Amino acid sequence: MELRKSYFADQRKDGLHEIGQPRPRLDSPGHVTGKTAYFADRNFPGMLHLKMVRSPHHHARIRSIDTSEAEKHPGVVKILTAKDVPHNVYTILILIQVGPEDETVLADGKVRWKGEAVVAVLAETERAAQEAAAKVKVDYEVLPAVFDMEEALKPGAPLVNEYHGQNYYLYDSGECRKVRFGDVEAGFAEADHILEQSYQSSPIEHAPTETTGCVVMPEGNDRFTCYTNTQAMFFTLDNTSIILQMPGSKLHFVGGTVGGGFGGKVDVIVEPIAILGAKLTGRPVSFIYSREEEMQISSPRAAEKVVIKDGVMNDGRIVARQVTGYTDAGAYSRHSPYGAQKGAAHYPGPYTIPNVWIDTYCVYTNRTPSSAMRGFGVTIGDFALEVQMDKLARLIGMDPLEFRFINAYRDGDTKAHRQPTEGAALIECMQEASRAANWPVAEKYMAMSSYKKGA
Amino acid sequence: MAKVPVQFTLNGSEKAEFVEGGTTLLHALRDKIGDTSPKGGCHQGTCGACSVIIDGELRLSCLTLAETCGGADIRTTSGLAEAGVLHPLQRAFLDAFATQCGFCTPGMIMAAKVLLDHTPNPSREDVVEALSGNICRCTGYEPIIQAVLTAARANSQNAA
Repeated sequence: MELRKSYFADQRKDGLHEIGQPRPRLDSPGHVTGKTAYFADRNFPGMLHLKMVRSPHHHARIRSIDTSEAEKHPGVVKILTAKDVPHNVYTILILIQVGPEDETVLADGKVRWKGEAVVAVLAETERAAQEAAAKVKVDYEVLPAVFDMEEALKPGAPLVNEYHGQNYYLYDSGECRKVRFGDVEAGFAEADHILEQSYQSSPIEHAPTETTGCVVMPEGNDRFTCYTNTQAMFFTLDNTSIILQMPGSKLHFVGGTVGGGFGGKVDVIVEPIAILGAKLTGRPVSFIYSREEEMQISSPRAAEKVVIKDGVMNDGRIVARQVTGYTDAGAYSRHSPYGAQKGAAHYPGPYTIPNVWIDTYCVYTNRTPSSAMRGFGVTIGDFALEVQMDKLARLIGMDPLEFRFINAYRDGDTKAHRQPTEGAALIECMQEASRAANWPVAEKYMAMSSYKKGA
Repeated sequence: MAKVPVQFTLNGSEKAEFVEGGTTLLHALRDKIGDTSPKGGCHQGTCGACSVIIDGELRLSCLTLAETCGGADIRTTSGLAEAGVLHPLQRAFLDAFATQCGFCTPGMIMAAKVLLDHTPNPSREDVVEALSGNICRCTGYEPIIQAVLTAARANSQNAA
């Protein structure tokens, strides 16, 4: 590994002990010997297995639920429906005052996506739980569903989630998160060229090798130890406390070892219902997603649509940028209102543009609820922005890397969300990329710096 | 359900268990015998996390019935280190940063062990082929490939 010392020489201390040095991971010795304890490596005598009855419909009213045949199945110990959950309607981000509560632990009267949890079956073996789950009879009245964000935003579209009352998240700024900077219309009027393009992405599944799950052990003092692979330990603890109406002191969460997460294990889905099962039966409970559930049920990265309209001058300056972003939350919020908001803050990318207009919508559809994934809220936006940058460079006949030097943000620039830029290093990264990729740019760009001389 | 007696050696120790007919070797090892080093990632023979060595050959324990393993010599990653000294593969995985979440690691090491047992001086292509049944979602595979090649070199130097 080479550390190029010519950049930011005045800011950097030499004699670094860790950076640039190979260091073994602290958890590696456990991994290579097979001793690392993942949650599913805990096995307790008398442990019950939890399986979910899931909605086969994208959108339906539940007329009735009949568990009588399932209850008679050999090995079944307990069957849970919505009425068994103390505080059944929740939302993860209520902990930071992002409401309303809009999601059910177990469906109550309605299902809003295909795969939604309706009934939980606890049995002596995984097989008995699976077989009994197949005997639960749910009578559905199928409702019209909506899968496309722009369709969902049209008047008269099926209402996905009554807790919101409309198919978008209502921010304090209105139907979307907004950034307004300069005068974007004046910028377009001044521009030599205008380019408007639309970019779309599909949901993306994280596909960790270890599926989502937890193992719960009821302790003697009405306390519950939950071994979990959550990536959000305290969100999970606090939300479980709300859902089960149980003080946090009764909940002992053991985690930190995750067999691949990538953002896919930040939701609070398996722990509350497994702990409830352990509480009501007095026995250890294991709730582990099958591979099929991991791929179909666990939340993916949201589908996104990004519409970018840019005004650009022949000399390479972008003078106006208008972005409309749509984040497909699926049927429930989970972390998506935050993801869409983060997108608003992230546009217009690492470029200094004097006139910016951004709207980002968090939209509800009857698709699998989406949530975090690596680079939450910005990855798809970056894809769209950088493809757009290449197209703009082509439009004015300029080298795409030189075009980025002209527009790169530098220390002291005010970004569209009115934060002054500090510690920028884009210029230097591009200079190094130019060398490494053998993609030469004009000498004046190689002489640039993120420091503005005389600023 | 009727239980079936099954007896085999696991990492050199005699094991005897009663299992229900249809029980997988993965389930028997993890939940009956208590060797949790083989992992269940897909339970359908596609991820390789449950890989073990049976009579010298690489096998997916999630697709192997325990009752078919009578008399077998079964090896898992938990038995690889001898008297606390890491096997060269384990050492190389540590040094090459070939683990991240670690969930695929025991299966990867089993696949690599069988490769080196049969092919002490593998080419890079041999390594890629040998690991092709094991999915890793963290590393991008390159450090794992390097670790196996490093271990092979260490082995051949020791043998020389």
